[in-house]
Formats: sequence, C-alpha cells, structure tokens
Amino acid sequence: MMSQQGYVATPPYSQSQPGIGLSPPHYGHYGDPSHAASPPGMMKPAGPLGAATPGMMLPPGPAPPGSHQFGQNGAQASSHPSQRFPGPSPVNNVASSYAPYQPSPQSSYPSPVSTSSVTQLGNQLGAMQINSYGSSMAPSSQGPPGPPSAAAFQGPPRPPQPSILQPGSQVLPPPPTTLNGPGASSAPPTAQYQPPPLPGQTLGPGFPPQQANYGPQMAGAQLSYPGGFPGGPAQMAGPPQPQKKLDPDSIPSPIQVIENDRAIRGGQVYATNTRGQVPPLVTTDCVIQDQGNASPRYIRCTTYCFPCTSDMAKQAQIPLAAVIKPFATVPPNETPLYLVNHGETGPVRCNRCKAYMCPFMQFIEGGRRYQCGFCNCVNDVPPFYFQHLDHIGRRLDHYEKPELSLGSYEYVATLDYCRKNKPPNPPAFIFMIDVSYSNIKNGLVKLICEELKTVLEKLPKEEHEETSAIRVGFITYNKVLHFFNVKSNLAQPQMMVVTDVGEVFVPLLDGFLVNYQESQAVIHNLLDQIPEMFADSNENETVFAPVIQAGMEALKAADCPGKLFIFHSSLPTAEAPGKLKNRDDKKLVNTDKEKILFQPQTNVYDSLAKDCVAHGCSVTLFLFPSQYVDVASLGLVPQLTGGTLYKYNNFQMHLDSQQFLNDLRNDIEKKIGFDAIMRVRTSTGFRATDFFGGIFMNNTTDVEMAAIDCDKAVTVEFKHDDKLGEDSGALIQCAVLYTTISGQRRLRIHNLGLNCSSQLADLYKSCETDALINFFAKSAFKAVLHQPLKVIREILVNQTAHMLACYRKNCASPSAASQLILPDSMKVFPVYMNCLLKNCVLLSRPEISTDERAYQRQLVMTMGVADSQLFFYPQLLPIHTLDVKSTELPAAVRCSESRLSEEGIFLLANGLNMFLWLGVSSPPELIQGIFNVPSFAHINADTTLLPEVGSPYSQQLKMIMNIIQQKKPYSMKLMIVKQREQPEMVFRQFLVEDKGLYGGPSYVDFLCCVHKEICQLLN
Amino acid sequence: MATYLEFIQQNEERDGVRFSWNVWPSSRLEATRMVVPLACLLTPLKERPDLPPVQYEPVLCSRPTCKAVLNPLCQVDYRAKLWACNFCFQRNQFPPAYTGISEVNQPAELMPQFSTIEYVVQRGPQTPLIFLYVVDTCLEEDDLQALKESLQMSLSLLPPDALVGLITFGRMVQVHELSCEGISKSYVFRGTKDLTAKQIQDMLGLTKSAMPMQQPRPAQAQEHSFISSRFLQPIHKIDMTLTDLLGELQRDPWPVTQGKRPLRSTGVALSIAVGLLEGTFPNTGARIMLFTGGPPTQGPGMVVGDELKVPIRSWHDIEKDNARFMKKATKHYEILANRTAANGHCIDIYACALDQTGLLEMKCCTNLTGGHMVMGDSFNTSLFKQTFQRIFSKDFNGDFRMAFGATLEVKTSRELKIAGVIGPCVSLNVKGPCVSENELGVAGTSQWKICGLDPTTTLGIYFEVVNQHNAPIPQGGRGAIQFVTQYQHSSTQRRIRVTTIARNWADAQSQLRHIEAAFDQEAAAVLMARLGVFRAESEEGPDVLRWLDRQLIRLCQKFGQYNKEDPSSFRLSDSFSLYPQFMFHLRRSPFLQVFNNSPDESSYYRHHFARQDLTQSLIMIQPILYSYSFQGPPEPVLLDSSSILADRILLMDTFFQIVIYLGETIAQWRKAGYQDMPEYENFKHLLQAPLDDAQEILQARFPMPRYINTEHGGSQARFLLSKVNPSQTHNNLFAWGQVMK
Repeated sequence: MMSQQGYVATPPYSQSQPGIGLSPPHYGHYGDPSHAASPPGMMKPAGPLGAATPGMMLPPGPAPPGSHQFGQNGAQASSHPSQRFPGPSPVNNVASSYAPYQPSPQSSYPSPVSTSSVTQLGNQLGAMQINSYGSSMAPSSQGPPGPPSAAAFQGPPRPPQPSILQPGSQVLPPPPTTLNGPGASSAPPTAQYQPPPLPGQTLGPGFPPQQANYGPQMAGAQLSYPGGFPGGPAQMAGPPQPQKKLDPDSIPSPIQVIENDRAIRGGQVYATNTRGQVPPLVTTDCVIQDQGNASPRYIRCTTYCFPCTSDMAKQAQIPLAAVIKPFATVPPNETPLYLVNHGETGPVRCNRCKAYMCPFMQFIEGGRRYQCGFCNCVNDVPPFYFQHLDHIGRRLDHYEKPELSLGSYEYVATLDYCRKNKPPNPPAFIFMIDVSYSNIKNGLVKLICEELKTVLEKLPKEEHEETSAIRVGFITYNKVLHFFNVKSNLAQPQMMVVTDVGEVFVPLLDGFLVNYQESQAVIHNLLDQIPEMFADSNENETVFAPVIQAGMEALKAADCPGKLFIFHSSLPTAEAPGKLKNRDDKKLVNTDKEKILFQPQTNVYDSLAKDCVAHGCSVTLFLFPSQYVDVASLGLVPQLTGGTLYKYNNFQMHLDSQQFLNDLRNDIEKKIGFDAIMRVRTSTGFRATDFFGGIFMNNTTDVEMAAIDCDKAVTVEFKHDDKLGEDSGALIQCAVLYTTISGQRRLRIHNLGLNCSSQLADLYKSCETDALINFFAKSAFKAVLHQPLKVIREILVNQTAHMLACYRKNCASPSAASQLILPDSMKVFPVYMNCLLKNCVLLSRPEISTDERAYQRQLVMTMGVADSQLFFYPQLLPIHTLDVKSTELPAAVRCSESRLSEEGIFLLANGLNMFLWLGVSSPPELIQGIFNVPSFAHINADTTLLPEVGSPYSQQLKMIMNIIQQKKPYSMKLMIVKQREQPEMVFRQFLVEDKGLYGGPSYVDFLCCVHKEICQLLN
Repeated sequence: MATYLEFIQQNEERDGVRFSWNVWPSSRLEATRMVVPLACLLTPLKERPDLPPVQYEPVLCSRPTCKAVLNPLCQVDYRAKLWACNFCFQRNQFPPAYTGISEVNQPAELMPQFSTIEYVVQRGPQTPLIFLYVVDTCLEEDDLQALKESLQMSLSLLPPDALVGLITFGRMVQVHELSCEGISKSYVFRGTKDLTAKQIQDMLGLTKSAMPMQQPRPAQAQEHSFISSRFLQPIHKIDMTLTDLLGELQRDPWPVTQGKRPLRSTGVALSIAVGLLEGTFPNTGARIMLFTGGPPTQGPGMVVGDELKVPIRSWHDIEKDNARFMKKATKHYEILANRTAANGHCIDIYACALDQTGLLEMKCCTNLTGGHMVMGDSFNTSLFKQTFQRIFSKDFNGDFRMAFGATLEVKTSRELKIAGVIGPCVSLNVKGPCVSENELGVAGTSQWKICGLDPTTTLGIYFEVVNQHNAPIPQGGRGAIQFVTQYQHSSTQRRIRVTTIARNWADAQSQLRHIEAAFDQEAAAVLMARLGVFRAESEEGPDVLRWLDRQLIRLCQKFGQYNKEDPSSFRLSDSFSLYPQFMFHLRRSPFLQVFNNSPDESSYYRHHFARQDLTQSLIMIQPILYSYSFQGPPEPVLLDSSSILADRILLMDTFFQIVIYLGETIAQWRKAGYQDMPEYENFKHLLQAPLDDAQEILQARFPMPRYINTEHGGSQARFLLSKVNPSQTHNNLFAWGQVMK
C-alpha cells in the first residue's frame, strides 16, 4: 500500500516511506479526551491552534509570557516560539495506548510552552486532541476563556469524555484486524477516537490565533503532539471488544472543530503581521487586517511551517502547497487593495529574480540599496524610489507605501506588460446561444433572451465609472453559426450566417461587439426576435468547438480579451471540428481504462483552449443536458480558460430557471480579471512545482489564465530544492498580471511568509486540514486523467496513513500501538479524506453518471478552500429547532443519518445542492409555517421554491438559505425531500459520515482502516 | 438577283448570315487556295420583326445521325407525304399533323422566304429568368452609392416574376437571404477559401440532406421552390426588401491600412454564385452579374496581392513571365466559366475602376458563357449607368433583348465539314460526320452552347470544303448548311430558330471570276480578324501579324492583277479593294497590338470583337471618320492624318470611343464665341451637327462608348491621333511637334 506512486500528491515525498512508520506515540487526536495526564514535558509543539500558549491565552490578549511574540498583530515576528504547542501527552500514554481517549496528556493542542505548561496541557488535551484548529475548543463548554488556558481546556472537558469514550470503545483494533473487525485482536484496545468535546461545547476562550510556532525550543521539548490518545490506557483496555461499534460521538467531529474555531476566533480581527501564523478556519467569520502578509482569503497553505529539509518533507509526506485565490472577494469591512502607480517606470523589481517590491525586501546602506528577500540579490534603489531609513532600518515611508507594508496590493502595469506593448482594449462579453430544437422547445432560448435584457444592465464596471466599458456581442447557433450586427445606428439587427464550421471566421467587424447602452434598442429588438426566428427550426444537431472558435476569433479580431457565455444543451454531433460521439461506456468503469471517460474525446478542444488562452478568451459554459453530452470534452475549454461550467440536468423551466438565472446573473456580475498570467516566486530553497486549477501552462512557471474571477483558486505545490533556514523562513510572492474590466493592465501582488522548522512537530502543528483536502482533491482529480482510480484511492489512503504515522512516530508521546493518535491540526483529516474518497469522481460505480463525475471533477479543480470544505463535508442544519429571533445560523450537525430525527426538519447544503429534509413526524406547526399546508402529507415536493408564507419560520428559513447561498459560486437548487420517499436516496448520498450509497466506508470504518494502516506502518 | 452586294445584304437581313464566299469552290484543294476560308458570320437571334414564331415544333429527319429540320430546300413528295432530307437524303414520312399538306397548302417551313423560321416549343416547365447580383463592396463611397442606385433602378426593369438574388463581397462573401421578415439575414463565407459546389450547397442548406428534419413535403416541386426561395425570390415579392437591403449596403467594414488594397474576394464570390445556381436552377436561364471595383486580392482567383507597392501585372510582366498569380487565377475562372456554361448560366462582369480589375484573368467567365463585359472608370459615370440600363432594353415586342441557354447545331451537306466556331460559346463535344479534323476556333464538335446571347451576338463559323478535286459536283449542285438554335427566350419560352442556306458550287479553275465576284470582303475581313484575335489569345503577337500579312500577300497573289516587278501595276477587283485597308487597320488595332493597352483593356476589346456583328466589328477594325464643314453635308473621310484639317470638325467612331474633334480654326471660333452670335447661327449648327450624330450612336450602342469631346491641341486629341494613319508626320508636312506641343 504504501507504495505510492505518488502521483497523487506529492510524489516526491512519497518514496520515503520507510522511514516513517515507526514511532508510535503521540497524539492522535482523536479523541481527545484526555486529559490531563499528560505529562509534562512534551508539549510544545503542539498543535495548532493555538491552543495556547501557555497560559491561556486569551485571545486577544497580549501575548503571553513567554516569548511569544506574536501574539497578535503587531507582533514582531519574532522569534520564538513558544508556546503554543500543546503538549502531548507523554509517556503515559504510551502505555495506555490503546485506550481511547485517554486522558492522556497529550494535548491536542499544543501548547507550547515548555514543560510546565505541559501539564496543563495535558489537561487540555483531553479536551482536545481532536480539534486541530481549534483545539482550543476543547474545553468547550465550559471553558470560558479563562485565563489559564491550559487548564481550562483540559480540565473541564473531561467529564464527558471519559464516559464516552470508554464505552464507546472504539474499535480500532490493532492493526491486524481489519477495520471493523477489531475483534480479533482484541488485545490492544483500541481506540480512541473520541471526540472531544461534545457537542455542546463551545469553545473556550478564543485563542488568538495563532501562536506562532516559531519556537525552536519546542523542539526539544518534544513534541508530542497531542493527539491522541495518549492516555488512556485504561480505557483502551477496556474496549477491546471487538465488535462493538465505535461510538460515533467519540470520534473527531468536524462540526466540533468548526464550532470551536468559530468560538475562539469568530468575529475578531485577524492581523497578518506574523510570519507563519495559522489563520482561522475558512468557516470562521472574522475581520482580516493586512499587516504584511496576504490575507488568508487570498492564500491559504496546507501548512504554515515548512520543514527545513526535503528529507523531513519526505518523511512527513505532508504536501506543501498553497491555495491561491488572487481575486477573492473581500467583505466590505476589509480594506480593498491599494493601487500603486509608479508611472512610466513601472513596478520596482529585483534585478535578478524579478520579484516585485514587497515587505520582504530589506533596505540597506541607508536606503540606497535593498536585498531581495527571495533571491538575496542586492539591488540599487532606483533614484525616484529612494527614501531614508529610520533607526530600525525601515524606510521612513514604510507605512505610506502599500508595497512596503502590505501583503497584497496592485501595481499599475506599464506598456511593457501589455501585449504588443499596446494598452489593452476593454474586454467583451459574447453570448452564444444554442438555438437547436430542444432549447427552443423547452423555452430556454426565450428565457435567456429575456434575462439578458436585464442582466446586461449590470455588466461589471469600475466603481468610479458611470457605465461599463465591456462590450457585448451575440451569436446563436445550431449546426451553423449566426452572428448579429447590432450596431447602434441600425434599425434592425442583421444576421450573418457562417456555415463554414470547419474553419470558422468572424464575418463582421463593426457592429458585432457594441456598447450595450448605445445599442440597447437594437439589442432588445434582437433578443425579442431570436426566439421567434428559430421557433420553427427543427434542427437537432449542434456544433461546439466552432462556437468557441468563433467567439475567440471575434475577440481576436477586436483585439480585446473577453468572456464567452455559451448556453448549450446537446452532444455536438454535426459534422465539424470537435464533433463528438456518444462514448459513455459503463463497461470501462472500474477498469484501468476508466480514465478515458475523463479525458476529452479529441484533442481539438485542447488546442482550442490553447488558442483561447493565447488571446485572452475565457469560456463559461452553461450546459442543459438531457442525456450524455460528454462533459469531459465540452468542459475542457472552460476549464483551461478560467471559465466556469454550470450544468442543469434535464432542465425544466419551472424547476430550474431560478437556479440558472441566479448563476447567470452572478457570473456576469462577478469580479474578474482577463488575460492573466500568474507567477509564483519563492525564496531560495524551494519552488513551485505543480499547479492545479482553471489554468493553462505553456512552460513550468507561467500560469496563464484567459480570465480569473473571484471564485477561482489555483493550488500550487512546492518542493524543496535546498535547505530552508528557520530564520529566513519560506517566502511566497504571487504576482498576477491581468487586464481589468475597464481595460487597464495591472499587477496584483500577494506576499506570504511562512515559517520553517527542522522539527516535524512544528510542521504538524501548523497544518490546515481544509487546505490539505483541497490539495488532495485537486491532485487526485488531476491524476484521474492518467491513473486507474483504484491506484489513486490507494495512494490517498496510504498517504493519509503515512502522514499520521509519521506524526505518531516522531511527534506524539509514546502510547500503545493500537492507539490512534491524530495531530490536533488534522483531527478531522480522516473524515474529510473519507469524504473525498467517497466523492463520485473517485468512486468507480457505473450507476453514477459519467457526465456528473466529469462535472464534479472539473468544479473541484478550481475550488477555493472554503468551497471545497463545504463541498466535501456538507452543512447540515436543524431547522426544527430554529430560534426565530436569532440572526445567526443554527449550529450544524454532523452529516449522518443518526443525527436526523423523524420529528426534525433539516437543511443540507454543499455548495451545489440544497435539500430540505422533512421527517415524517415533522411538527405540523412548522410545516404550516413553512409550506402553508396542514400536514406532511400535503407537502408538494415537486418545487424548488418555498411558498411565500409570512410566518416567522418561513422567513427565518429563507434567511438561512440566503446566508448559506451568499458568496457561493454556484446557485444551489433547493430540493424538498420527504423522509421515506424515493428522492431521499439522493439526499442520503450527502450524509457523508455514513456508509455511502454506492459504497465507500462510513467515517468510523474508515478511521479503523486508516488506523490499521498506521499500525502496519509503525510496525 | 441583282448584284452580289444586294444578295449579300438580303441574306443578311433574312438569315443573319454573311459568308466570306458566296459561291463556293467545289474542291478542297481549290478552297485552300482561296486563302480566306469558307466561313460565315451568323447572328443566330437576329431581330426579325417580320418573323413571328410558329407555334409548333419542327419536323426532324428520322435518321438518328442527321435529325436535320425540314426546310425549303427539301424535296417533298406531296402525294406520298414524304420528304427527302437535303443533308442525308433520307426519305421521311410527314407526321400525322401534316396530312393536309399539298403544293398549295404548304407549311411555313417549306416556303422559300422562311429559310429562317422560329418554332415555339410548348413542352417543359417554364422557369422564370434569374438575375443574381454579385456586388463588390470595396468601393469608394460615391461609387458604391452610384452602384446601389443603378441596382435599385434595375429592379424596376426586371420582369416582375423574375427571381433575383444578391451576393455581396469584400473581405468576406455574403449571400443574402431575401425571404425573411424582420432581421436581414445573410450567409457569410470567408474570401480565402475555395469551396466545391457541394460544400457551397451544403453550407447554404441547398442539399436535401441538409434538412433531414423537414416534414415530408408532398411534392418535389414544392421542395425545390422552398429551397431556392431563401436566396432567390420573385422580384415582385421582395422588391421593397431588396431595395432597402441595397440601400443599406455599407462599404466593406474591414480596415484597409495605408499602402494596401482592400481585400476583395471576387474569386470566391463568383464561385459561390455559380454554386448557388448550379444547385438550385441548373439549365435554366440565369445571369450572374458581377459588379466589381477592383482586382481580386485574396483567395482563389486573386490577381494581385494587397500591397499597393506591387502593381498589377502588365503586358511587360506577362512577357517576362512575371505575373505570379495570373495562371492560377485564370485557371480558377476557367473552371468556373466551364461549370457555369455547363449549367446554362451566364456571367456578366461590370468592372469599374481606374486601374485594372483582373479582366484578363476573368475574361473566360464572360467569353465562355456569353455574358457581357463592361469596363469603365467608375460606377458613377453615365458610361456605366447607361450601359447597364441598356442590358434591360426591350425589343419591338416588349421582350428583353436577351436569351439564355442556347445550343447551336450546325449541319452541312456532305461536301462540307465544320472546322469550328469563334464566338462566346463552348463546345458541347458532339462529334459527327460533319465535323472536320481541321480545327479553327472552338472545334471538334457540331454543337455549341451559348449561355447568354442577344440579337446582335454573332459567331464566326468556319467550314472546310472536303469534296475531292476528282469528284466534281454536278452542275447546279448546291451546298447547304443548316443552323439550329434552341434557346430560352426572355419570355421564358423555349424556342428553336432554324436557318437553312444554300450556295452554289463553282469550279475554281473555270469559274474563278464567279467566285471572286461573290467574295464578301467585309465578312472576310471580320472572319480573318476573328481568327487572328483568336490566335493572338494563345500565341504571341508578332506571329499573328506575320500570319495575317502572309494571308494578305497570298490573297493578293491569287486575286490581284499585276506585272512582276511593277508595283504600280497592281490592281484588285472591287470585291477585294477594301480588304487590304481593313487588314492594315487590323494590324494597328488594340485587338492585335498590346502596346499602350493594359492586359485588361486588351481582354475587353477582344471580348467585344468576338461577339459583335459585322457592322460593329468593321468599325472596331477600321474606325469611321466623318468630317463636318461648311462645304457641304458631313462626309466620311479617310482614317488618315491628312483628314485632320483646321476648318473641319471630325467625328470618329471606334466603337469603344466617340471622338469629336474640332479643327484648329473651328476651335478658335468657338473660343471666340461665334456660335452665340445670331449672325453665325450656321456655325452653331455646324458645331451641333456632330453632337447630334454622336448622340445617335451613343443611344444605340452597347456597351456605351466613351464619349470624348476635344479640339485641336487638346490632350484628349490623342484618341484621334493614335488611330489615324500617320501619313503625315513631323517628317513630312505637318509639324508634328508643333501640333502636339
């Protein structure tokens, strides 16, 4: 198993396996219970989040004692470390190992502090091990912030757990057995998974974010990361009972982790002044203040502390990656990016590596020169840029220049950065409507035309502009293309038919792309006529590649970048380039050839995409398939050009139009940059080696994107090419050169500094599970094109086991071999990983539509961390317990059938779908309140809209749905699911902690499996 | 029968035929010694107001290889109701409808005065005429405006049921769909890609398979009309739409940078026009009318690149084999022309530009299909406007002077064979016993297709006498030739015109005088000129001139009377007297001389020369010069520099130009304004007379000639000076330099 081929993730490291396995101890966090016991010493490293620094940390508060400097914001980054690590549980655990929870010491969090703290930690741990981030939360319930943090955490919690745990007994048997089958080996008790805090808990104090880990010291200390169960021997022992099922409440709960982080860090200000600090979870709302590093809204890393050497990296097998969303939307209460304009001279750049001026540049010699933080080259400061330095060697204008003090900012680009050294023209949007028979018949064409009339009023524009600079054009097509001349001086639009689909060209220049305001009358006239014009058409065949080609040629002819909106519904079977045949062969599923289903059928689309990117033509595709349309082929161009793919299966006007219209509006209005090229520069010692996303690469360094919008993220993987220094850290600069919606050429720069450590514990402590999953998902989904799915799944499982085993061996305090110990930061990694493995893309089951798999594969490739988190682990909200007065979302529950109840109503959302599940015994007053019908039986589930009922329940529910929908890239279609009725099957697939409908283990089973793997590795 | 001159004139009026020899030498050997071949100029559709068509069909000889039409030369046995074919001597039964036939009750076709007769064929569907406009939009604004107006005007001249279509081109080619309401719709093609007929039809949705989803249509005919209706519509239905569409035509919007020619896709536009008609209305009368304002600069058929610094090919380039696009372009247009001809359609080219437009390459399109070629400086000139309007002129019956899809079949009696035809036609490749192996012009067949013709279209038809010297023809034997022209009349009727002529045979040794007297020197000059021009198109100029010279010398040798070594003793009989003069001017004409003419001009002149009737052709060979003076009525004078006198007004008609030239004195008088003084009214009349005469010519001629009004010393006087025989040069008499300054 181990053998990884590695491709999925980081290959390189993979090889190393051997090393790993061994050491046992430590923290797994699963459960967390434990407590106290933890011994002393270990802790430092701990976890993530911070649990805390030694003492407690209050959140905001000042930094604690020790060294931490980082405290919050302002801190200087200094050095040390400190605290944050939790201590692990020490030894004791070892013994106990198996016991699940144990109280052992380990803290999940790491509190850093040294020994002393340890103790405390120990306690804490109990609470937390699981959570990674938040370990803090552990204490939960109780825990108020009490100062003593440590104490706080741990202490309290205990109670519950223990009980739980034990009983629960987890199953994780020792290795030998198989998952469940624990029985067998009874010996060791297994497990541990306990979940920490129970539900209720809230989290304790909020810890401030981060603590930095810098601390070297910890190292010594050891780090155990809390994880696991340390303690517990006791418990473990007990358990051995084989068959027993692991108590689901005893294993780490994503909900708990999210809630804990929210409790600690929600609503606060997170300043990015400290290198290597782990930001709040994506699910936590807080205000981010740029103080020298890019906001986590722009960049999130899988770990904020890189191993110093590649050996270490190989040993841990934790992917080093950043998920970059350069155009992420920032909330109104955060400062938008500053625009720096150096006039004709353009941005100041390092002479050698061409990095842009940024806070990582060190000014020397009285400000006459500066040393590049990336390549260390010493450059002269250009005369116009000279400024004296102050007593600490900082330029006097440090705070006046965004590029010196902020993590993210924009430069106005000079002509040197423009194509052909000419300023770009403003972009254009071209709407391309499939007017073949089915689209006419189901009313789609009419719907689109009607909607365009309003949506065109809202073309994106610069804030200071009256009207949008974006020009628009229209094409309709079936097996031939119809271009429209909508020049403002025409009384009637003119239609030009291009039938030479083999070699498409643009039949007109003037009048195709127009300013909407100027040509409004003609455009409206056109949009009114289109549905009628084709009303009698019974053309069933369509083309597709020529459509894209036509749009691209039009943009090329107009010499501007732009975006194509294609509304398409069928397999393009007409004789033309890119013609497709139905090759949906279910027999390939679960064979080595399955990958073919994900590959485009012809290479026409590949080269088309290349051309599109070369001309700044982004393609957004709205698909309305009623049968197989080969999404893998059709979606390729949208994917490679930074466009978006929307799919509405069996589009029905009354059910789907709202979802589609929302998507269309949203897509047209969204923030977007065109003709972009992204370059990720790093400081010496490592470099970006692999990129995933809606991108196109002609070489190994330039990431080209015909367009990039606010929802698209690029995941970048890094590899060592030398040693990294703990002092200098690992610096990343992501520069995106792009054209704005008004045709201005700009550079958007995001800088992020990460720590480096030679201690594995630091690495584990700084991991971010959500980003890891994002990375794993993208790398696995990319690998799908080239490798058998079985191999990919194995790699994922192996790497999961490997990462955890390495932790256990090197960072956790000793514990029984049978104990499953998870790093605090990765407490929920297994459950998320299991969700990923159960995703339909990776499940080889013929029951699942090939198109749906290709579609989801493509969606995930461009997802940011928040989207992927929600996608893989849906949000499940109880509605029946709504507090109609609250404006907050109710607390989510875990995605498992066992959390549902016949008396309940639940809302589930994963970013694509939304379900309102109604228990058979739902309270009639709620039903009345929401549906305005007297009983469950009267509810009409065949709708995607809730009726307008004035009741507080209805309003509250709608408000909740709105909140969930906000800022999501895709509009979610609401499905009403009544318990025990057929459609419930669909809904069940999203209960990801349960055994999958099409296979895929339940959370508990998977955990056992992973544990077994780990044990094998350790032996 | 009085003189041969009268005979010739009578024959021409009745049959539209002029033979070079009106008495035929009776053997091959003698015939070749006559130098000028036995040939005729045939104007198949010569207007005959006195000849109403008969409403039945011709009776044909039953011998499958003959099928000659019953004619006045046939021997008829009224009792047995039999007739003997005068070509193959087959005896044929009259058809049942002729049972009442007798000496006193003869059908028209047996009466001698009906040696030319026209039949109306009642069978077959009548399809309306089709006019497909192919319009260049790479024009200057005012040019385009003028063209649009001319086109709109032409719509009102078309028969109301005619089908019209519109293709416009520039960088792209647009085929306009005329049927739709609301949005105007066009199919667009790129101008650089050559498409096969099949592709074009597929792309325009003209093939049935292109519309698999159409509900089944009851009748084939309906489907046909549906398909075509998208691009070709009856003018009465879409008159307004098309007028508006033409009105909205914009100049080609693609930018043309400095130093470039606009990209003009003439080759593809024509190809699409041809393909469109080919797919919808094969073998139906149709005119493709190409209006172009410059040379094709891209795609198949391009004649010159778009770089202005590279000029369009000249004769010099062609001689040096330096015209890179010429061969390829010519090939492209030839293929198109042949396809068009095969479909029975014709192509007109209206080229108006100051520079060349590629007529050299495109000439086959008109020459092979019988289309018109018009060359002008601008669409905004009366030359173009009136010429174009004249296309739609009507005859005494109110029918258009145009006919379509004609086939001409020539049958000869056995002593003769057909050597070939020179004129706007293509061979139908019908071999037969009367086809000579000796080829002149378009040869090797006894049938030709003339896709577009009008009442003046004239073919030169060459024969070979094959009778052997030792097989004398019985005294009184006559040779006969029958011309059968089937065509679509502009009223859409199918008609057949049959002309049967006979001439006496004569033994050249004993009856040379007869033969000589029956020589038609005008016809001979034109027929020789056609041969010369035909050769010049394929051979090099000097060779042709040398050949013509040799022919002239041989002719003079044969028919002249002279004493050796004594030039002054040379005499030619009256029937030959003008012939050398024709040859002299022919040598100097633009049909054979390329100096001072662009290749396009040469093509243009030759085009017209190969289709005009005898009178017009003679004017082209030797322009007519009239002199106006106070001394008397206007008189024709020699085309010679000696005719240029100070007190004369000259009117020269070269067919292509009408030049009025005021002599030095006259010009001075006019300058002094005498014509405005009442006492010099006679001077005013003198000035007016040539103007009126010129007007008369201008009114009648097609294409409208260039009208030049100049005077002594005027720069335009060069048109006159270049034509006259320079008997007086600076070396003698006239101070040339002084005159010209």
